[in-house]
Amino acid sequence: MLKIKNLSNSFSAKLPIAAMVIAVSACSDNPTGSTIVDPYEDDNRKAHAFNKAVDKALFRPAGESYGNLMTEQDDKIINNVVENLSTPKKAVNNLLQANMEGFVENTLRFTINSTLGLFGYFDVAANDFGLEPKETDFGQTLHKWGFGEGRYQELPLLGPSTGRDTVGFVVDIFLDPVGAVTSPSVSLGISTVKGVEFVGDRYTYADLIDGVLYESEDSYAASRIYYLQNRRFFLNGGISEADLEDPYATE
Amino acid sequence: MQQNNHLNRRGFIIAGSATILGAATPSFAISSGSAEGLVNSLVAEVLKTVNASMSDNARFAKFEQIFARYADVPLIARKSLGPAYQAANKSQQAAYVDAFKGYMARSYGGRYFKQFIGAEIKVTKSKKISGGYLVDSSVKTKGGTPFLTQWHVIDARGTDKMYNIFVEGVSILTDTRTQIGSMLDARGGNIDKLIAHLKTAR
Repeated sequence: MLKIKNLSNSFSAKLPIAAMVIAVSACSDNPTGSTIVDPYEDDNRKAHAFNKAVDKALFRPAGESYGNLMTEQDDKIINNVVENLSTPKKAVNNLLQANMEGFVENTLRFTINSTLGLFGYFDVAANDFGLEPKETDFGQTLHKWGFGEGRYQELPLLGPSTGRDTVGFVVDIFLDPVGAVTSPSVSLGISTVKGVEFVGDRYTYADLIDGVLYESEDSYAASRIYYLQNRRFFLNGGISEADLEDPYATE
Repeated sequence: MQQNNHLNRRGFIIAGSATILGAATPSFAISSGSAEGLVNSLVAEVLKTVNASMSDNARFAKFEQIFARYADVPLIARKSLGPAYQAANKSQQAAYVDAFKGYMARSYGGRYFKQFIGAEIKVTKSKKISGGYLVDSSVKTKGGTPFLTQWHVIDARGTDKMYNIFVEGVSILTDTRTQIGSMLDARGGNIDKLIAHLKTAR
């Protein structure tokens, strides 16, 4: 535990975390169920309109082209490579969360897939060793450290987030060991693959995303509730009692 | 003889207290087995309908039948409107619930269940929760990673009925309430206009 603390201290010394942590700690509650804290709704709606326009002009058609160009096998390989590249970052977060099991699993996954899996082309770790990918990020680390969700945000290009998750997103960029050891040209290559993977996800989840963005009565409100509930579900490891609406409660 | 009377008396007392309890709280006639059974049948019908080649209107009509049989539609309708339902008069309430039936078929069937096209859905486990059971199912789609869909099954006067669906934690009931709330706001809170809109909304 002490080791973990020291590690996190050295990170915060290196990075401008402190200022950002203050930004989230201002509201250190963890709303559940369908509770929404969105005091900046007007600004968020502007960002949403922008994101929707970008999706319509760029990501949605790119996703369609992706679907036409790529085979299922290509899609799988791209996902595997990106997943593998994100594994060291997950392992670091596992460590910060004092989750030794996750740390060992993710470290093994990265080692196996980078060697036997040919730099992540194949997910040998999951297929042959039963080590399934385990998501985590610095947003979750902050959650485990007791920081509150903060305010809902919709960020230009990046989409729905919360105060805590935005800090997490920024910190993850700095925490990523892959980013620290690669040359600029390799980093550019990695960013390109990640971009392609993003477009691939736009294709894979087209029905879901189109449903939220283009078939909802209010796409801003729909993406907000989708993001918050899905994120809370992930952070809490399942749905909580507060999510289960009592069918017999009076309105 | 003596023993029999004793048993009968005890039986009577137990039966009596059960009646009192039953009157005070919703009775739990349903079990995890019956809740899982409901989800299995519901899922089978939903998959058959999403994968069948038929017109959208025929599909929506089919979903309306499926929900009428497996879901507590009037309760879902009430919960989707919230306080505005209580504020409406009796005939508005009835007209709203009626319009909601078609809306639910179009929105659940046309939107959320689209993700189930070509998927395999397997019920994995269930757990008892207040008011019923939460039945977990794993949805394996082609290409995508498997995702968790949970079915909140309630005891509706002794029979299992679907109440809510959670897709990776996202409550469809909450989303539906958000949508209907937006529709109502856009119509200045006028429930008659909402009802008229719901008849074709999807």
